[in-house]
Amino acid sequence: MMTENERAARRKKIAHALMWVLLLVLFICFIFPFLMVIINVFKDKSDITRDPLSLIGAAKGFILTNFPEAMKKMNFWTVFGNSLIVTVCATVLTIVVSSMTAFVIVRNGKWKFCTLMFSLMIASMVIPFQVLMVPLVSVYGGTLGVLNHRITLILMHVGFSVSMAMFMFHGAIKTNIPLELEEAATIDGCSRWQTFWKVVFPLLKPTVATVAIINAMAYWNDYLLPSLVLTKKDLYTIPIATQAFYGTYSTDIGLVMAALLLAMLPILILYVFLQRYIVQGVTAGAVKG
Amino acid sequence: MKQNTLSYKIRQYLMFAGPGTVLFLAVVIVPFLYGLYLTLTSWDGVSATKPFVGFENFAAAFQDSAYWEAMGRTVIYSVFAVVLINIVAFALAYLVTQGIKGQNFFRAGFFVPNLIGGIVLGYVWKFVFNRAFVALFSGTSLLSTTNGAMFCLILVSVWQYAGYMMLIYVAGFMSVSGEVREAAMIDGCTSGQAMMHVTIPLMRSSFVQCIFLSITRCFVVYDVNLSLTKGEPFGSSVMAAMHVYNQAFTYKNYGLGQAEALILFVVCAIVGVTQVMLGKKGEVEA
Repeated sequence: MMTENERAARRKKIAHALMWVLLLVLFICFIFPFLMVIINVFKDKSDITRDPLSLIGAAKGFILTNFPEAMKKMNFWTVFGNSLIVTVCATVLTIVVSSMTAFVIVRNGKWKFCTLMFSLMIASMVIPFQVLMVPLVSVYGGTLGVLNHRITLILMHVGFSVSMAMFMFHGAIKTNIPLELEEAATIDGCSRWQTFWKVVFPLLKPTVATVAIINAMAYWNDYLLPSLVLTKKDLYTIPIATQAFYGTYSTDIGLVMAALLLAMLPILILYVFLQRYIVQGVTAGAVKG
Repeated sequence: MKQNTLSYKIRQYLMFAGPGTVLFLAVVIVPFLYGLYLTLTSWDGVSATKPFVGFENFAAAFQDSAYWEAMGRTVIYSVFAVVLINIVAFALAYLVTQGIKGQNFFRAGFFVPNLIGGIVLGYVWKFVFNRAFVALFSGTSLLSTTNGAMFCLILVSVWQYAGYMMLIYVAGFMSVSGEVREAAMIDGCTSGQAMMHVTIPLMRSSFVQCIFLSITRCFVVYDVNLSLTKGEPFGSSVMAAMHVYNQAFTYKNYGLGQAEALILFVVCAIVGVTQVMLGKKGEVEA
């Protein structure tokens, strides 16, 4: 005879096993497109056309030649470097600029001008990029002629994310940094500048991580803004280069597979190591934002 | 105390918030205002003069049948995508919060599509639809039919965003304490009833947020649209954002394109704000 408890425990176990199987099936569905890329990247285009589902090409077998060729045609290292420079610079600048902005706005909460700036930034978060792209191109491309520089793209990225990042820092400073701490620093002889960088900023680390992860991912993957700002081939970032590559070599499907895998690899490798932080950061960002 | 004088405040502001404010004004506020002005001109993007035409662009936008078709398509796409994204995300969140072995691995796995940009994802799926599925089900590609292309776009969007929304729902599940649920079960609820009448109402803010995020993203979908279908076949999968892009940059009707973008923004904002207000109204606390 089983007791009520034992029966309940057994039911739970069976339910868990079923859910595990369900999760596994869903997981395979989710990664199916990636699996398709991985098995086809090692096949010749004639083999891919014949049977995209086979593990190894029937005629030419297992080949590695798609990689070096795609790398060369896509100009992979240059493009990768461009993406890296833009992402790193824009992320660092976003953190510096928006944490300072948030600091002043929180600490001058009663000043009308600060509340106005704050409201303006929050309200602007609902404006989709589509509304800004035409005037942006006409002002910076036509009137000022500063397109086709990495620095333009970097500063634009920062300008677009400053409100969201400021909002997150605003919350963190308001709830986590006691005013007494800053007063103590001032009494000890710190200027406002030193107080911020030596006392306040180090305490904002969790928010810095969140802002960094969310924005770095957005910058790395952004297509529309970079494609409007950077039209010179040697400035292309990975998404633009992928788009251009597909336009030129779409029939050479083996090369396309290699290019797609190359475009995904850097961030997937990073994800393997930083997975916990990325998931945490994205959750924190999503729930606060 | 010098700290309260206006000039001190201004100097402090400029020192700390100067760069942020300047960048923000330069890329968001100035273009936004300039964009409003552009809608009143018939600029072609090249010529030095921007002829003033008043509200003609808005009149033209309201008569642009291709635009309204794209808008209608976007609404249909968004409705299906938003509903499915949230159902799938909620189900996934439920499954990965049951204490099953390896649930963190699954969570991480379902999130993977969000790491990769829409352009790359679109081309990966294009291959899957055009080659793998054709070989698997031996038919024609879904992407070559009108309804099929729409279906593909919805499917890819659901796949892309479900993992992200799942994380928000997971946070929601975690915030509902087990005790409240247990209390309901002791009072005689079945676990299904506890879910319907206790857990879901308490997670209302997660729903509001996920639905808002998915609506605002779906309404301006562009990257996946460009790489997966490119508006094909026969322009039957051109979404509103792509139509706006083409209107401005391909056909060089900058003023008209900007007016259409503005209408898109207003529609999107109205839908988003209405949804949040409706959602907030019935919020409950434990």
